Formats: sequence, structure tokens, C-alpha cells
Amino acid sequence: MIWLNQIIQGTLLGGYYALIACGLSLMFGVMRIINLSHGDFAILGVFAVWLLVAQTGMSPFLALAAIIPFMALLGWALQHWVFERSLRAGPLVSLLATFGLAIVIENLLFEGFSADTRSLAPEIGDLAFDSWTLTDQIYVGHLAVLIFAVAVILLVGLQLFLKWTALGRAIRATSEDPDTAELVGVNSRAVYAVAAAISVATTAIAGTFLAMRATFDPYSGPAQLIFAFEAVVIGGVGSLWGTLVGGIILGVAQSLGAQIGPRGFLLTGHVVFLVVLAARLFLSGVDLRGALRRGLRGFAWSRSP
Amino acid sequence: MSLLAVEQLDARHGLLKAVRNVDLRVAEGEILALVGANGAGKTTLLRTVAGAHRPASGRIMFDGRDVTALRAHQRVARGIALVPEGRRLFAGLTVEENLRVAGDAGRAGQWNIEALLQVFPMLKARLKTQASLLSGGEQQATSIGRAMMTNPRLLLLDEISLGLAPLVIDNLYRSLTALFSSGTALVIVEQNLNRVLGVATRICCMLEGRIVFERETKLATRQQITEAYFGLRQDTFRDARP
Repeated sequence: MIWLNQIIQGTLLGGYYALIACGLSLMFGVMRIINLSHGDFAILGVFAVWLLVAQTGMSPFLALAAIIPFMALLGWALQHWVFERSLRAGPLVSLLATFGLAIVIENLLFEGFSADTRSLAPEIGDLAFDSWTLTDQIYVGHLAVLIFAVAVILLVGLQLFLKWTALGRAIRATSEDPDTAELVGVNSRAVYAVAAAISVATTAIAGTFLAMRATFDPYSGPAQLIFAFEAVVIGGVGSLWGTLVGGIILGVAQSLGAQIGPRGFLLTGHVVFLVVLAARLFLSGVDLRGALRRGLRGFAWSRSP
Repeated sequence: MSLLAVEQLDARHGLLKAVRNVDLRVAEGEILALVGANGAGKTTLLRTVAGAHRPASGRIMFDGRDVTALRAHQRVARGIALVPEGRRLFAGLTVEENLRVAGDAGRAGQWNIEALLQVFPMLKARLKTQASLLSGGEQQATSIGRAMMTNPRLLLLDEISLGLAPLVIDNLYRSLTALFSSGTALVIVEQNLNRVLGVATRICCMLEGRIVFERETKLATRQQITEAYFGLRQDTFRDARP
């Protein structure tokens, strides 16, 4: 029964991971950018929500709805002024640019809000702790179910959008071959900007739910990035369904790990991630031992005078 | 007035000069054959006209306006489309989605999916098929159809028979008669002289980045084209240009 409970709780937790991961997955799938500041955008978004709630006393859900358009705008602007320029200089530069962005956001938040740990849980009343009783040993929290439902709705909605709308088709075409998409009339830069806007907007949703179910501070972003990244890799890069499955696998692994031992939570998640990663590399025919050998030789080479 | 006027165009790949000082005019509704050996600069010239490659110098005028600074999708909006060498389909999208992407982004006009299925009936059963699963001929038909969906005034066709069986090529060219008679200006790059001489009104031959021979198809002899193609007695033909 305890194990069943952990699987249920892990699945619901996976909903949160899918929520934080879907924007990362979209941005990588469309633009081939690994956005290392993804988690920090989630924290930036939740600080904006928190500020709005603290100033006006409005519901965090309303505040989130108000903040989402601004986060989308921020994503659009970032694509225009940062990602696009860095992409032209190659994948490493865009990786470094997002890494730099992460540091800037973290320290600006620290500067503005100090290192205090905050939470939105007090703002949502009973929702923070209410639960349904399934059996006398299994309870599921209203909030956890809500987060899971939002994640599923968001991912299904995004998938339908990509599949059935003109803009969605243009996004998929551009993600496969931006040069050819241009040749059939698609403005690839505009498509990238839309994808970035969606991606950054989703981080605000994930960040707000993180703040409702736990706490946040200016440096909470990187941990969220790691979970998002693991969910994306486990589920398969560029597939939104895969991201949902990946998030659930990660959540279940962590919950089961926590049941095994107090330090198992993070460890099991990372182990599952590494195993899936190694299996993917192995199945795709990458010579792992050779790569390792070459890597070591390269390391020795770089150290030799 | 010409629909397309390329003026003193230079295009490079790094240090390599692929297109050297090319002047080229295409009139409304004209069908121009562009021939030349591999590496003569035909593909680079087409890609530069379509906006996929930045020229080093020179000017591209379309419909009397300078389009040199425009990006590819803006040129599509003006009416230039390219069927790229190697087809370059969106492999994960279905045939219908490949066509619709172009239809949504391009201009309004006579070509839509229904009209295209009249031209390429073999695609009718394949509309819901992922583009990566098509045969070579079907892929090429989809690629040409995709470019037609943008309703271009000038369509650039780059090596559409490359890698296809002769029977498939016959079939493709038969299908394209509707395109040839539609009044769209065409530039066709083709290795097979017979094929292209049958449809083109004018022929240009490129050699080492330059246009070395240019004449009405009915006035050009096979001998002249062959000699220009292989660079024999080049000087004779340079003087013969109109």
C-alpha cells in the first residue's frame, strides 16, 4: 500500500515536472537551444506573481493570469535580442548566453528580494493542504491533482496547437528545416519568437505552482532546470507526449527512492536519468567506450605541455 | 520589362566564387533553361535569387523593385519560389501538411490543394502519409507542389529529375505541362538537355560561375550548347550574347 501511495504521489509530482519541462522541450525542439536560464524564468515569473499578490492581495491564480502575457512578451524580446544573435554564432554561444542570463536573473532577484525563502501556500487557503481520501492510507492533495491536470491540459493543448493550426504547422516545419521553411514563405524568426514566448510563458505557470506546493527563493531556478532537463531527456527530446511521460517517470522514481531511504529522493531520479541517457546513446549506436577513451586522451593531451 | 533582372551578381562560398558577375533577365511567363556542368554555379545562382544565399555584390530586381536585401520569406510574398535541390521536404510532416505550410505562408492564387491534386494525381492517396515515407518521384512532386502552393510569379526548379528513374521523370514532366502552360515564369536547372529543350523558350549555359551562352531555344544548335557546356571555344559565344 505504501508503494502504491508512492507511485500515485510520484505520478502527481511528475505532472509538475512535465509542466516545468514542456517549455524547455519546445524551445529545444524548435530552436535547438538548450535554455539554461529556463528554471530562473520560472522563479522570475513567480516573483512577479508574488509581488502582485503582496501588493494587491489578489488571488495568485488571477495574478498568474495577469503575469503570463508579460512573460510571453519577455520570451519574444529575448528571442529577438539574445537567442537569435547567439544562435548565429553557433550552439555553444547560445548555451553560454543562456547560462549568463541565468546568473543575471538570479542575482537581480537576490538584489531586489534578498535571499528570503517565500511561498504562495498561505495565499491559496485550504487548497494548500486539502486532500481526498482514497483509502485509509492513501490521500491525494487537491493541489497536486490540480497541478497534474493543468500539466496534462497544457501539454495536450500545445500538441493540438502544433498539429492542427497554421502557426503550429509553421513551427513544426521551421523546427525541421528553417532554411526551407523560409523558402516556402515562413518567417522563421517570427516562428522562433512565438516558440520562445510560449516557452517562457509556461515557466511562469510552473513557477507559480512550485511556490504553491513548496517554497522558492532567488536561487531556486537551477534545481528546477535540472528536473526539467531530466524529464525532457527521459521522455525523448522534442516530443511533448514524451515530456509528460518523462516527468512522470522522474516523479515516480524520486518518490520510490524516498521510500527506500531519506537520501533516495534525488539520487534515484538522477540514476534513472543517467540510465535512460546511457541506454539512448547505446541504442543510437554511439560508441560509449570509444568516446570515453577519446575524451580521456583529449584531456591528457590538453594537459600535456 | 523583365520580371526578374539579376545585375552583376557575385556570390561566394567562403573564398570560392561560385557566381561571377552574372547578368540575367527573365520575362513574365518565360521558361528559361539553365544548364551547365556540376559546380558551374547554377544552384548558387538560384538560391541567391530565392534569398537563401546572400550575394557578395550585385543587385536582384523583381517586378521593377530591388529585392536584394529581402529575406527569403519576403521574396516568397513578392512571388519568387524555389524548388530546392534534393527536395528538402519537412520529413516529419504529412504531404498535406507540407503543402499547407506553403499555402498558408504564400500568396493567394490559382494553386490550392485541389488544383495540385489535378496536376499530381499520385499524391491523392498519399496526403496523410509522412513525407519521409514517400518514393523519390512522390517526394519530388510534393516538393514542386509545395513551391506551387505559394502561387509564385517566378518559380525556380533546381534539378527536379536528380536521382529519379527515367520513367518517373517522364511522368513528372507530363504532370508539369499544366505548370508550363500556366503563365508562371520558370527557370529550370536540368542535366538532361533533351528534356529541357522540349519546354524552354530560352537557354542559358553557365561555366565556372559565368553565363557563357544565352539564346532562344529554337535558334540554338545542340553543337553550340555542348561546346558552351564544356567550355570549348568560349570566346566565340561570349560575343554572341544578345
